[in-house]
Amino acid sequence: MLQLSTRKPTRFSEADLHIFQKLRSLNWGLVLTLCLISASGVALLYSAGGMAWEPWAGRHLIRLCCGMMLMIVLAMIDVQHWFRLAYPAYFACLLLLVAVEVIGQIGMGAQRWIDLGVFTLQPSELMKIALVLALARYFHQIPLDRLRAPLALIPPLLMTAAPVVLVLLQPNLGTAALLAFGSGAVMFAAGVPVWIFWTAAGGVLVAAPVGWQFLHDYQKDRVLTFLDPGSDPLGAGYNILQSTIAIGSGGVSGKGFGMGSQSQLMFLPEKHTDFIFVVLAEEMGLMGAIGLLLLFGIVLIYGYLIGIGSKSQFGRVTALGLTTTFFLYLLMNIAMVSGLIPVVGIPLPLVSYGGTAIFTFLIGCGLLLSISVHRESRVSPHEPLL
Amino acid sequence: MRQDQQRYRIFTRRTALLAGGKALLLSTLAGRMYYLQVLESEKYTVLADENRISLKLLPPPRGRIVDRFGVPIARNDQNYRVVIVPEQTPDLEVTLRDLARIIPLSEDEYIRILREGVHRRAFVPITVRDNLAWNQVAQIEVNAPDLPGVSIEVGQTRDYPFGGLTAHVVGYVAAVSEADLTGEPLLELPGFRIGKSGIERQYDGVLRGSAGTSQVEVNAVGRIIRELSRDEGQPGKDQVLTIDMALQQYVQQRLATEHSGSAVVLDIHSGGVLALGSTPTYDPNAFNRGISSQSWNSLISDPFRPLNNKAIAGQYAPGSTFKMIVALAALEAGIAPGEEVFCPGFITLGNARFHCWKAIGHGHVDMIGGIKHSCDVYFYDIALRVGIEAIAAMARRFGLGEETGLDLPGERPGLIPDRDWKLGNIGKPWQLGETMVTGIGQGFVLTTPLQLALMTARIVNGGYAVKPFLTRPSVFHGAPETPAQPPFPSLGFAPGRLELIREAMDQVSNHPRGTAYGARIKEAGMAMGGKTGTAQVRRITMSERATGVRKNEDLPWNQRDHALFVGFAPVQAPSYAVAVVIEHGGGGSAVAAPIARDILIETQRRDPSRQVPPRQVAGIDPG
Repeated sequence: MLQLSTRKPTRFSEADLHIFQKLRSLNWGLVLTLCLISASGVALLYSAGGMAWEPWAGRHLIRLCCGMMLMIVLAMIDVQHWFRLAYPAYFACLLLLVAVEVIGQIGMGAQRWIDLGVFTLQPSELMKIALVLALARYFHQIPLDRLRAPLALIPPLLMTAAPVVLVLLQPNLGTAALLAFGSGAVMFAAGVPVWIFWTAAGGVLVAAPVGWQFLHDYQKDRVLTFLDPGSDPLGAGYNILQSTIAIGSGGVSGKGFGMGSQSQLMFLPEKHTDFIFVVLAEEMGLMGAIGLLLLFGIVLIYGYLIGIGSKSQFGRVTALGLTTTFFLYLLMNIAMVSGLIPVVGIPLPLVSYGGTAIFTFLIGCGLLLSISVHRESRVSPHEPLL
Repeated sequence: MRQDQQRYRIFTRRTALLAGGKALLLSTLAGRMYYLQVLESEKYTVLADENRISLKLLPPPRGRIVDRFGVPIARNDQNYRVVIVPEQTPDLEVTLRDLARIIPLSEDEYIRILREGVHRRAFVPITVRDNLAWNQVAQIEVNAPDLPGVSIEVGQTRDYPFGGLTAHVVGYVAAVSEADLTGEPLLELPGFRIGKSGIERQYDGVLRGSAGTSQVEVNAVGRIIRELSRDEGQPGKDQVLTIDMALQQYVQQRLATEHSGSAVVLDIHSGGVLALGSTPTYDPNAFNRGISSQSWNSLISDPFRPLNNKAIAGQYAPGSTFKMIVALAALEAGIAPGEEVFCPGFITLGNARFHCWKAIGHGHVDMIGGIKHSCDVYFYDIALRVGIEAIAAMARRFGLGEETGLDLPGERPGLIPDRDWKLGNIGKPWQLGETMVTGIGQGFVLTTPLQLALMTARIVNGGYAVKPFLTRPSVFHGAPETPAQPPFPSLGFAPGRLELIREAMDQVSNHPRGTAYGARIKEAGMAMGGKTGTAQVRRITMSERATGVRKNEDLPWNQRDHALFVGFAPVQAPSYAVAVVIEHGGGGSAVAAPIARDILIETQRRDPSRQVPPRQVAGIDPG
């Protein structure tokens, strides 16, 4: 009894101290910024729901809390473990993507999620993290001089191409583009020779007209109406038109919280998911919109600082990859709702209502925090494949 | 280790490049926001308001039409309709089946309503049935808890309580047709009605009023969220008629004893129309509720032309009622009233023979005798002596040959022929024989019953050029009637001439040998003067005259003579003039004069009532 009572506190206190230290070294600035963004998301959903917690704001708040706790837990896990998990996680996600494709073939139309009962799982969302991890591991393990050989690029290209093709088949153009650009940024930062990127850019320009043939009709419509939204104001161009009207009519200071006529009177489509930023722009004006952009900008800056501060190439590349993924979310969503790019169906992290995107983003943030907490950790380049 | 440091250097360099690129792209987003929210803000604010603000028109209540005492002739009735709002009922079809126990619905109606329920937005009420009866309304209200989403809406329909009795005066309203659209948005409202004939058409603008507007905020699917502002508009103004509804009812019913005809009663001093009847008539309510093509076709193909207002649009040869005009022309031309003409039953011009209506002739006839006996030969003779131009000029002084200007649409001008007219329209020079037939009101000359009444009024009112009118400034409230019109100009007759004609017209009905003696008014102080007329509508050939002129009863209806009578009363101090024309009715003295007599008796019988407050007369029976 005595023995037990003396040993146990020691073990616990050691562990507690360890966790306590980790918590103390957590990047609380980033956490605070994330909380501010989340709070604005809850507020906007409260307004979009007709100034009520139902149906969105309340549930969104609960999900955010769960996500934040998960994020803190993930931040406590050593980078070494992430390194080990990188490939298994990647293959698991790939399997899930194949699974939804098969289920989708059996069911009807575009299937993008697996129903887990409690919430629906979108494998393509998780893949955004898993791909970054897998690529980071690859570039961590490969020596710099071997990167000069084009053959060394075949594994990362395959790793990228597999999910991109599967996501395109769903079809989900926005996520595919996000995956492709994210992986490009990772390769660039990891030291892949620059001429390869020029070649790739040239190849895309040549391939674009061919690729057009493979687009679905609705995707072609989106691109065409993006080029001329007024051509069909009540049809396919309706979303873009109403969204730009909402943003523009918001002016500098906005119409006031809960007072946006476009948002409140249902002129705005999908206002609680992909177009939530428009509610902000209409009701809080330019000041609100720029404010949220700045908050996200702070998150990105933290991401870069964490990457640069990491002692391991794995940590650096992962941080850069995640930050770029966040950036692409932000860019594509806001460019889409403000009519700069076609409608692609990318949510605004933490602000848009919807399950998986929040978790993806917060898992990513957990990883970032973990890299920040364990910045001194050295990751052995000779880890076994699995 | 060295390699890792190099990797780190490449990483930081390239990361800085990426960060720069990202910063640039984020600035683009901020720039886009600035462009939309600052530079283009005004444009989008306007667009947003256009989105949310919708203008709803509020139709003004149409003004009523009342008679001189305030008795409503056209009013707005409440129209109850049952509507169902699909989103308020759990199962549209089940609710409809329940509703069908109160108002039976056909299968077609089910299909129509269910289809509307699918195609229209769920909050838009669907009209199940219009024009509900009172007991149906009550039953639906009582069963309301069992009929979710079902409610009663109240609309307004035009109602003419007297139906056909007033159809030719007030006309009717009907749905707006393509040709009526003027760009006025009110006209495009579903269910809006405009005046299509009669007073309803003449004063449509006044009766209609002006539309109010309601600015409402709507959402993307068109549901009204709230009202932002409201302008009530201007309700239509009531129109007060000179018509005495009780008299109008009497006139219309009295005329209904004949197939086809019309009558006008005028106040000879003011020109106000007290009654204006035309038979057969039609139910103006049918047009308002939407007339079936079957009923429309039967109205159109009716040989007695019920839609035609014969009092103002029927043009007839005046026959002998024209003889006062010829006599006055003769007086003005210096022919002495005592000068006699011998009537052997005919007169010869060249080798043509012109017959008097009385084959054996009237013997020696002076002017009063000519009118009293309606001797044709006397008027052939003096017509030839004064000439067509003098006759035509005299006719025009009494308002013939042109529209009287009555405020009722559809009036016809009639025709007073002269030399220029014949040359211009027929292309042949005027013949003396035509002067002779014009002298007895036959030939080319055409008049409307309204013109004949107006002519009579001008003869017996002391020679003033009254003008007829149908609307008064206000309802009569017991004060003596003052003419709505300014004092009328005198026709400029020397003293005694019109009195002579009036004396002759007195003898027509009150002298035992007058043509209308049989139809005289026996009531003390109500006696009438007048003039009969029988207008031939066919040519009587020489051979027919030889074998004996066929009697009217032996002819088909549309070849019989028109029966006419113009009259006034009371004969000593005239107040009222009347003209009656019965199409193909036969002789004026036998058919038209009795109707005129009855109308004048009723007019005078009601004379005191026009001096008392309306309360006591307003209770007349609409039936």
